[in-house]
Amino acid sequence: MKKRLIELKNISKAFDGEAVLSNIDLYIHDHEFMTLLGPSGCGKTTTLRIIGGFETPDEGDVYFEGERINDLPAYKRHVNTVFQKYALFPHLNVFDNIAFGLRIKKVKEDVIREKVSEMLSLVNLVGFEKKNVSLLSGGQQQRVAIARALINEPEVLLLDEPLGALDLKLRKDMQVELKNIQTKTGITFVYVTHDQEEALSMSDTVVVMANGKIQQIGTPIDIYNEPVNAFVADFIGESNILDGVMLKDFCVKFASHTFDCLDKGFEINEPVDVVVRPEDVDVVPVEKGMLSGLVTSVTFKGVHYEIIVDIDGFKWMIQSTDYVAPNSVIGVYIEPDAIHIMKKSEFSNMFGDYSTFSDEMDHLSEVPEEDEE
Amino acid sequence: MTGARKYNGPRRSALQRFAAAPHIAWAVLFVIAPLIFVAYYAFTNSADGSFTMANIAAFFTKEYLLIFWRSVKLAFFATLICLLLGYPTAYFISRCKPGTQKILIVLLMLPMWTNFLIRTYSIMTLLQDTGILNSLLGAIGIKPLSIIGTETAVVIGMVYDYLPYMILPIYSVMSKMDHRLIEAASDLGCNGFQVLKKVIIPLSISGVISGITMVFVPSISTFYISQKLGGPSTLLIGDVIEQQYTASNYNMVASLSFVLMVILIVGLAIVNHYTDSDDGGGMLI
Repeated sequence: MKKRLIELKNISKAFDGEAVLSNIDLYIHDHEFMTLLGPSGCGKTTTLRIIGGFETPDEGDVYFEGERINDLPAYKRHVNTVFQKYALFPHLNVFDNIAFGLRIKKVKEDVIREKVSEMLSLVNLVGFEKKNVSLLSGGQQQRVAIARALINEPEVLLLDEPLGALDLKLRKDMQVELKNIQTKTGITFVYVTHDQEEALSMSDTVVVMANGKIQQIGTPIDIYNEPVNAFVADFIGESNILDGVMLKDFCVKFASHTFDCLDKGFEINEPVDVVVRPEDVDVVPVEKGMLSGLVTSVTFKGVHYEIIVDIDGFKWMIQSTDYVAPNSVIGVYIEPDAIHIMKKSEFSNMFGDYSTFSDEMDHLSEVPEEDEE
Repeated sequence: MTGARKYNGPRRSALQRFAAAPHIAWAVLFVIAPLIFVAYYAFTNSADGSFTMANIAAFFTKEYLLIFWRSVKLAFFATLICLLLGYPTAYFISRCKPGTQKILIVLLMLPMWTNFLIRTYSIMTLLQDTGILNSLLGAIGIKPLSIIGTETAVVIGMVYDYLPYMILPIYSVMSKMDHRLIEAASDLGCNGFQVLKKVIIPLSISGVISGITMVFVPSISTFYISQKLGGPSTLLIGDVIEQQYTASNYNMVASLSFVLMVILIVGLAIVNHYTDSDDGGGMLI
C-alpha cells in the first residue's frame, strides 16, 4: 500500500452562505498524479486552495503526512502551486522568478544558479534567463511557472487549470511534457481541470466532482468504463443514458427490450440508469437489430461518423466507421459487455438524450472556466 | 522618403489629427509660451531688457538659499509623512471589498471638493493657541501647545492638504495588482513581511513615485499654507516669489521660478531613472 501523503477528512466550505464543498473525503498518495475533474463551480479549485493553504475549511481537517495542517499558513507548507494564468512576478526576469523560492530560503547564489539552470533544461527554456516574463508566450510562461514551483522540491505540486489558457495543439504537447516531468521528478501532482480528456490521459487517479461533492474516485479506465452515476457517465466521454429496470441479475430491460448484461447485485425490478457508450453500439440491418430507429443526422468526425438515431423518441448517439444515410432506418445491436448499469441518483434523467445535441454544445464545454473564488 | 519610413503605430486620419488641435493650442498658449516668457525674464534685466545672469545669481545668495533649503526640508518631511500615512492606507483600501473601496475613495476625495483655502483656514482654527486642539488637550489636563507659526504647523498643513494625492496613485496601482501574485509569493515561502518587501512594494513603486511627485512639487512651491499656518520664520520659496510678484519685480520672480523648476525637473528625472518602472503607474514627468 502506498503512503498517504495528504488526507482531507470531511471538509466543508461555504462562501457567503453558499456551500461550495460538502463533506469531502480524499486521500492523495505519494508519487500519484491525481486529477480533480469537474465542471465550473464544482469546488475543485477550492479543494486545491484548501490543500495549498489559501482557504481554510469551515469544517473538517486537512492532514499532511499524518499531521493536521488546517492552521498552517501557505508559506510553511511543503506544497507549491502552479497558478491559473501563472501569476509570474512581472518585476522579475525568468531567472529571478524561478530563483524566488530559493532566495527566500537564503540558499547560496551559486547553488541557486546551478538549480535554476537544471530547471530551465527540465522545462526546455535554456537561454531564457534574462528574458522579461511578460514578453514570453503563454506556453513559455507556463513552463516558467512550473519551474518556479518545482525548484523548491515540493512533496506535492498543485496545478490549477495550468493549460487552460493555451491553444489546443500546445495544450496537447504540454500534457505530455507535464506527465514526463511528473514521472521524472516523482513528485505528487494534484491537477485541477474541467477537461475530461486531459484528466483521462494524464492521471493515475481521477476524482470527479459536481455540486461540491465527490462523485467518483478511480483510475481513468474505471471512471470511463464503470461510471457510478449519470453525471459521471455524461461528463466523461459521450454516453447514451436510459431509464431501465433490472429484471434479475444479468438481465435488464430498457427501450422496451430485454438485454443480457454483466451486472448483478441489484434488487429484482429495481429501476436503474443504463449507460451505453456510442462506440459500443453496432449498426446492423433492421432485421438483425435488437432495436431499430430512424437516422436523424450524420456528422463526419474524421475517425468515425457520429450518427444520431431516433429509437422510440429517445435519441441515441452512435459512433461508427461505416457510413449510413440520413433518414434511413437502421437496426442496432448491443453486446452484453457494452451495457453498464448504475443505481439511480440525483442526476438521473438530467443527461443522456441527444435530442438537443448539436456541435455548438461541444464548443461551449471547452470554454475555459472562470475563476471560482 | 515615404518608402523607407519606419512604422510609427496606426496611421492617423485627418479627423484624428484635428482632434488633437485644441490640446496643442492649449499647450502652446498656456504652457510653452509662459515658459518662454519665464526664461526670457529670468535672463534679462528690468531696465533695458538686456541679457544678464544677475537674477539667477541672486538665487544663489545666502538669503535665498536658506529659504530654499527650508522649502526643501518642509516639503521633504511633508512628503515623507504622507508616504508613511498614505502607503498603508492605500494598501488597506485596495484589500477591501470593491463596494467598500468605492466608499472609502469617495470619503478620501470628499475634502478635496472643499476649497483649498477653506481647508487651510480650518486647519488654522484647529491649531491656533486658543483653537480646538488646545481646548481638547486642556480638557484632558495637558498644557497647551504652541504650534501655529512654526514649521510643524506648516508641515501639518501640507500633509493635510496633499495626503489624498499620495494615497490615490498608490491605491490605483495596488488595486490593479493581481492578488494571485501575493498568493504565489506566500506559496513560495514568503511570510507577510517578505511578501510586502519582495512583491507588493516593488510592484507599487510607480504609484509611490507619482505620489511623491504629486505631494512634493506642490509642497515645495506653496506659499498659502506657510502664510496662514506659519510665520516670519517659515518663509518658503513660494512666499518669496509671491512677495516679489506683488512688488512687480518680474525678473526676480521669473528667475526664482526658473531655477526652482530646473531643480525639480532634474531631481524627479533622477528619481524616475533609478526606479525605471516601465509599467507606468501614472508618472507626471
